Formats: sequence, structure tokens, C-alpha cells
Amino acid sequence: MSINQISSAHLLGIQPLTLADIELILNQTAQFKEIINRPIKKVPTLRDLTIANLFYENSTRTRISFELAEKRLGADSINFSATSSSVSKGETLIDTVNNILYMKVDMIVMRHPSPGAHHFLAQHINVPIINAGDGTHEHPTQALLDAYSMIEKIGPLKGKKIAIIGDILHSRVAMSNIHCLKKLGADITLCGPPTLLPKHLSSLGVNVSYDLHETLAWCDVANVLRIQLERQNIKYFPSLREYSLVYGITKKHLDELQKQIVLLHPGPINRGVELSSDAADSHHSIILQQVENGVAVRMAVLYLLANRGN
Amino acid sequence: MMLNNRLLSTSQQLDIVLQRLCHQVIETNLHLENLAIVGLQPRGIYFANELVRCLKLLKPSAVFDYGKLDISFYRDDFKQNKGIIPDATHINFTIENKHVIVVDDVFYTGRTVRAALDALMDFGRPAFVQLLVLVNRKYHHHLPIKPDYTGIEVDTIVSQKVKVEWLNEGGAANQIWIYDEVKHNTTA
Repeated sequence: MSINQISSAHLLGIQPLTLADIELILNQTAQFKEIINRPIKKVPTLRDLTIANLFYENSTRTRISFELAEKRLGADSINFSATSSSVSKGETLIDTVNNILYMKVDMIVMRHPSPGAHHFLAQHINVPIINAGDGTHEHPTQALLDAYSMIEKIGPLKGKKIAIIGDILHSRVAMSNIHCLKKLGADITLCGPPTLLPKHLSSLGVNVSYDLHETLAWCDVANVLRIQLERQNIKYFPSLREYSLVYGITKKHLDELQKQIVLLHPGPINRGVELSSDAADSHHSIILQQVENGVAVRMAVLYLLANRGN
Repeated sequence: MMLNNRLLSTSQQLDIVLQRLCHQVIETNLHLENLAIVGLQPRGIYFANELVRCLKLLKPSAVFDYGKLDISFYRDDFKQNKGIIPDATHINFTIENKHVIVVDDVFYTGRTVRAALDALMDFGRPAFVQLLVLVNRKYHHHLPIKPDYTGIEVDTIVSQKVKVEWLNEGGAANQIWIYDEVKHNTTA
């Protein structure tokens, strides 16, 4: 069923979205990608909106990508990072956001270390909220841009074999990817060391494998995730060197496959850990296309939420 | 629901109008050199396709550009309209110093064309821009914009709609209808 309006007032995650919502966002992304490839890469659609980018966690790609998406649509944007704000003086999340909203801000893009922070905030404020990552829970725009990049490369994902490899336990990208790809009808295998593959994930209808070679031979697409050392307060594997020997993807692995697979990584890459440099820069990789598509997907999300909110 | 339909133009009449418009375009752009036809999404494209096909029949050796422009991002009613879903824009040529003819099927308030002019300027600085429309609904213009080439001029009232149907696009024939849109009271 095709729709012309997203069903939710916010983008809190992929899980609450319907398949029609996801298809609407992905179908619209091509129009926005065309804009960012024009000689003048800017349209005035959101010129009367001000969008606040609240980043309570570090970010390079997502933050720049959102900021560019806002600017390309003509919106004014303000940036906030927790480390250089009154948050360090003890201000609560709601107080900070309410203060910003009283300065006539129309939309919030937020990254927060606490899973569910966006759901909580959505119950207390009435402007659209976009989740740019909440702890280990969801990172919806990353999943959407991953899905768009895969579709651009190999066509519709129904029945396609997609592997998500690496630190699944701490990955919000994995969680959003699983929800998104399942809704789009893909077959998913999660691969990584047993300590980083929570048992409950099989209840989401995905396959689980501990064998990298077997998984690579099976898949059409491999989405490789970063080892998130900053979220690991205990040792989940003996050493990075051992992890990279067992689960690191090298050019040799890809050459041995004798088939073309599509290699994605949400960044930042730990070169030499989950991906060797020659694999990351190989013809299998669409990592930089993901970055370009990220701006277009975020423009589509901003446009559709602003359009709905009127 | 379409009620009180009135056929404004039959297939035969529409073909004559199309031929006339093409000849007028050729009259002012003799060899169609440096010409770029830009159809407006969504329904202006159907008419622009017919116009381009006709121009190529009349001037088989002429080489000119043809693009499709979506104006959703430049509309002035973004705040009032819910669910405006953009269509694709395909302008794979530079419009710098081109003789651009913007093509739409029905000219009503002029706001779409205003948005189209803004959108066009993001692709470069054309030598000039002209407007070609199939139907001009007189007396409803909100902006000081007038077509340079007009197929049919028609007096309508606000509650009426003008719809151009194309055989190639799922219509019963190439024809133009005027109809009154009546809203049914669904409360019991």
C-alpha cells in the first residue's frame, strides 16, 4: 500500500515504523539524492524551520550528515553538545530541551547514551523528535541509509541474504538494521563471537552464526560493525588481535568467495580490526556511498516529518 | 467524484491545438537550437511528452533538450498542504544560456510556475524562459505571470476542475474535461 504521509509524528526507531513508512522514506530518498548532486545543492522547503541537533554523545558522520541535510533543505540549525553545555552543571534532559524549545525551535534531532531517552522525551514535548542514536537501542537513520544503499546496489531486499557481522551486543545499528531488513523481507544472519551475540536475538527471527567464512560464503551483503570498546566494561574477547584474526574481514576472504558481495560499514572503521584496509577500500565496499546516501535519507526523514507536522 | 462533466476538447481538437502550439514554438525558435523543453511534474509531463513527440515529427533533424522538473521543494504552501510527495526531477543538461520553455497542462493561479522559475534558477541562468500551457484558466491568476503560448483559454469558476486525459497515460482518449467537484455529505 502506498501512502503519502509517515504514520508517526517522530522517528524514535525503526521498530515502531510500518513497512509502508519505510518504503515511503526509501522511495523519497532518490528525489533528495538528486538535489545534493545539483550545481546548487539547496532547496528552500524548510526555510521557516529551526532544528536543534542535541548530541549527548560524540558523533562525526551522523552529526555532519544531519546538519548538511538541514542546510540543504533550507532550515536553520543549532548545535548542542553535552560536554560544552549546562548539562555538565546538572541540568535535566527535559529542562534543557524545554529551554531550547522556548527559543522557537521546531524539531529536535538527538543522540543520547540512554536507550529510550527519545521515547521519554516524546511524552513530554510536542515537536517532532528524530533519534540519531540512543545508547545500544536504535539508530534508525543509519538503518534506513544502509537499506537504501543496499537496494541501490542489488535491488529490492526481499529474499536477499544479509549478514551483520561484529559487535552485535553493543550495536544500535544492528538492532535498527534487524528491524528494518526484516520488515523489507530479507534473510538475516548475525555473526560474531558468542559473547557479543545475545541469545535473545534469535527470537527476532534471525539466524546466528559464529563462523565468519561460512557467513561470508552465504551472504549477498555483509554489514560489518565496529567493536565498541567504549561500551565494554568487561572483556568480551581476549584481545583485539585475536578478534581480528577470527572475525576481521580481509581482502583474502573476499577474493576467496569467488562472488561479488556488497560490503557496508557504518563507520568509524577500526582499520585492521573488523575490516582490513584493503577490504575496506576494495570494489566490494560501498562505505562512502553510504555516507552520501546518509544525507539524502536524512533529508527525506526531515521533509516527511515536517510535512506531517504542519 | 466527477459530476457535471463538460468535454472542453475532443481528441481531434486537442491534436490541432498541439500542432498549432508546436508551430508557434518553431516560429519563435526557428531551428530549435539551444532550446530546452522543461515539463512540470506530475501531469505537465504527459503534455510535454506529446509536445516533444510532435516537435520531433515536425523537425526531425532538430536537437534540443528535454527535462522534467518537480517543484514540490519550492512550493509556497508547504505549511498548508499535508502529504506533498515529490516526484523525480530529471534535468541532465545545463540550462545556462538556454532558451527554456516551461510546459504545464493547466495554468490556474500561477503559483506552480512561480515555484518552477525558482527551481529552474538552481540549474543555471537561462537566456530566457517562456511558458507554454495547454489550458489557461482565465481570471484566477494570483501572480503577475502569463503564458507565452496558450492552447485553449477557458472561463471557469473556483469550484470547477480542469483535467487533461491522455490515452498513453491510462485515459479513455486524449481529451480535456471541465467538471464540478461535489462533496458528498457522509453524515447520516
